[in-house]
Amino acid sequence: MGMPIEITIEDYKNTKIFNEVFNFFKYVDQKFSTYKTSSEVSIFNQGKIKLKDTSDDFKKIYKLCQKSIKYTFGFFNPSNKGYYDPSGLVKGWAINEASNIIKKSGSKIYYINAGGDVQTSGKLWKIGIKNPFKQTENIKIINIKDSGLATSGNYERGMHIYNPQNNFKKADDIASITVIAKDVYLADIYSTAAFAIGLKGINLIEMTKGLEGYQIDKSGIATETSGFSKYLCLN
Amino acid sequence: MNNQKKYILSGLVLVSFVGYAFFIRHQENEADESRVIAPKISATNLPTMMRGNNMMSNKQYKNGVYISSVTDAIYGPLQIEVTISDGKISGVKFLKYPNDRDRSIQINTQAMPYLKQEAIAAQIAKVDIVSGATQTSLAFREAMTSVLLQAK
Repeated sequence: MGMPIEITIEDYKNTKIFNEVFNFFKYVDQKFSTYKTSSEVSIFNQGKIKLKDTSDDFKKIYKLCQKSIKYTFGFFNPSNKGYYDPSGLVKGWAINEASNIIKKSGSKIYYINAGGDVQTSGKLWKIGIKNPFKQTENIKIINIKDSGLATSGNYERGMHIYNPQNNFKKADDIASITVIAKDVYLADIYSTAAFAIGLKGINLIEMTKGLEGYQIDKSGIATETSGFSKYLCLN
Repeated sequence: MNNQKKYILSGLVLVSFVGYAFFIRHQENEADESRVIAPKISATNLPTMMRGNNMMSNKQYKNGVYISSVTDAIYGPLQIEVTISDGKISGVKFLKYPNDRDRSIQINTQAMPYLKQEAIAAQIAKVDIVSGATQTSLAFREAMTSVLLQAK
């Protein structure tokens, strides 16, 4: 996955838990990183291994991807330039699994932050949503407890990058969308799908029960779902 | 029938007719091309992921209006209607959605005007965690697989 991972456990029983969780993320990276030519995903994409011969976790992710395509009507799609790329789902799944590892160790008050996708537990944690145009800045502060949060966006593009010749891209592009769900696995899939939809992505979040969202368009205007404001309060 | 009843009846017919005409015109504005009801999506024609095949090419899709089957979006039913113009997605409409909101919601191809909007502004309070996107593949933008399979 190639991203920074931050784990905070307030009520840890033993420092071993941190190594256990980091090792799990290393395992996920080695298996699913599209940047590593030796990963199982890369080998699969190179045609060197058939689906039936892949590992259990690889098959599990593959099946989860198929389900996700269905319930997001293909807006979530594990594909990148014609190759299988489940990254949009793997990250949330991995955080969810790591969260279960921590829970099993007996801790309750923690958060996991893997590249901006977050799972919180046990108490209210204060989260800042980055300004997609100025990454040293937060433009929204929210408080979440026992929920997951994921942000999809593309920071490669600045505020004025759209092709006037391509009306489709101009009309529909957004800078980022943040989704809050009961668990980060769902937040990840839906933020990925909503980003793929573009300007109407926030509609998908508004219309799906159990999700709230905060979308920022290319001109710096944010649109929030009707229940989003509950995360601005400290209770 | 006395005159009063006649006028009321005429009035009702007129209102209904105007309402119906408005509805039809509204519908026509949504679709450039003829309306096509797509076959239901069953488990057998779910998209499969093909290794090495270019799923994400700049394909042209047949113009039309396509309606998906009603699907379980985990928390409730979801159904969308997609309009293809000039071979590309030009509109998305949500026909069915999990209804946990107090008011009924009508969605069109514009961003919903009644959702709260604000200009973003820097917040300086201390936080525990920062959430932002990492590089997200632009390829996801092209994905409308289940509906576009019908539009090939």
